[in-house]
Amino acid sequence: MKINLTINGKKYSPDVEPRLLLIHYLRDVAGLTGAHIGCETSLCGACTIEVNGKSVKSCGMFAVQADGADVLTIEGLAQDGKLHAMQEAFWNQHGLQCGFCTPGMIMACKAILDHNPNPSDDEIRHGIEGNLCRCTGYQHIVNSVKAAAAVGAGR
Amino acid sequence: MIPQTFEYTAPKTLDEAMALLASGGKPLAGGMSLIPMMKLRLATPEHLVDLGRIKDLDYIREAAGELHIGATTTHYSVESSALVRGKCPLLSAAAGAIGDPQIRNVGTMGGSVAHADPAADYPAALQALEAKIVIRGAKGERTVSAADFFVDAFTTSLESGEVVREVVVPVEQAGTGTSYLKMPQPASGFAIVGVAVRVQRSGGKITLARIGVTGLSNIGYRAWAAEKALEGSAGSADDITKAAALVAQGIDANSDLHASADYRRHLASVYAARAITAAASKA
Ligand SMILES: Cc1cc2nc3c(=O)[nH]c(=O)nc-3n(C[C@H](O)[C@H](O)[C@H](O)COP(=O)(O)OP(=O)(O)OC[C@H]3O[C@@H](n4cnc5c(N)ncnc54)[C@H](O)[C@@H]3O)c2cc1C
Ligand code: FES
Ligand code: FES
Repeated sequence: MKINLTINGKKYSPDVEPRLLLIHYLRDVAGLTGAHIGCETSLCGACTIEVNGKSVKSCGMFAVQADGADVLTIEGLAQDGKLHAMQEAFWNQHGLQCGFCTPGMIMACKAILDHNPNPSDDEIRHGIEGNLCRCTGYQHIVNSVKAAAAVGAGR
Repeated sequence: MIPQTFEYTAPKTLDEAMALLASGGKPLAGGMSLIPMMKLRLATPEHLVDLGRIKDLDYIREAAGELHIGATTTHYSVESSALVRGKCPLLSAAAGAIGDPQIRNVGTMGGSVAHADPAADYPAALQALEAKIVIRGAKGERTVSAADFFVDAFTTSLESGEVVREVVVPVEQAGTGTSYLKMPQPASGFAIVGVAVRVQRSGGKITLARIGVTGLSNIGYRAWAAEKALEGSAGSADDITKAAALVAQGIDANSDLHASADYRRHLASVYAARAITAAASKA
């Protein structure tokens, strides 16, 4: 089935099988391997991306459902060689260790600030309920979101 | 995890969708329950009819003292709608308790009720709200009460080729207090036990009590005995404890690695007491 979508500002018009998951399209066909596959059961959040401005787990949807959509992946966050404030904050605050959860975690954290530019610790923890991290214990991730909020990363 | 092959159609109108469903298509809404089942090949539909592009199924409207929630309205929309928060706070509380933000951005009202997971959050709230489910079929529409809609685990009164078009809940009257409390399963967020409570008070007495319970049994159900015990009482701490002890009466409780049947019953009475107390304090 022929679909059209925009990923990180670039247009793609692939011919895909309806059963192709969006994460597999992104990683295996479009070559965008930033979003990771952790569980493939919609639980871990490593595959989190944005579809039409909303954060979603890309292992839980078919590429055909994204026909006509505007998709943003971790690769699209940095602009003109400059990291997004959330990426910068993860770096400065040690919001990652092994880095496996990080692409999805940063997308989920960006979504928190898009809705709420100054979240409390509790609101941040609720906002990352769908993302698992086996390394950091989450505290440095919460610190990263606060640091990003402090420099006005929310819209 | 790759599903079996299938045909995919994304109609723009409900009429087109109805025709495709009549010829054996299966509805796809948010896919948050169906796609995981397809990946495990527990579901192997041959033709998916995506309801996601039908604009006039995604709405929240108020009319004649009721709120109408279109089938493809996401959990996030219900949770964040000022209308629902203001006029039916129990429903927005249940929506906000579902899964995690990414799931709520995609999962829908119609998909959740049609799927009828015994641990889903909406059924508890819809039972307590005495909600109505509007069903569209080849021969027109029919309306079913939540009490009649949920039949068994993953089983509803939907016939083949029928869809949920909308869910209707009452606008709360002054003097009503509500609360939804759940003990989530730590990985998925599904309810080990969830209790939705709605009470009205007048002249120092509880005049109406509606209690919906999920996670405990094969379906989200109404705790009739607990409701009766509460109605007519003053709603004292003692009255609440006595009523809460009745929420699992006559129920064959679920048991799994997260909670034994006895522990679930215990949790149900604890969560019921807390939810009744919270609701009564707002009534
Ligand atoms: C990680 C995770 C955590 C979750 N946690 C929770 C939780 O805590 N609480 C909770 O309640 N739920 C939870 N869910 C389930 C979630 O709420 C789903 O959104 C919901 O169960 C199904 O809605 P959907 O729109 O995704 O439906 P789909 O998955 O698209 O469809 C589900 C079923 O309903 C049918 N269907 C869909 N729409 C209609 C319609 N309008 N008419 C007739 N049939 C229809 C489909 O054919 C399918 O059989 C979770 C899901 C995941 C993946
Ligand atoms: S890989 Fe998608 S949620 Fe884990
Ligand atoms: S940094 Fe290793 S899983 Fe999060």
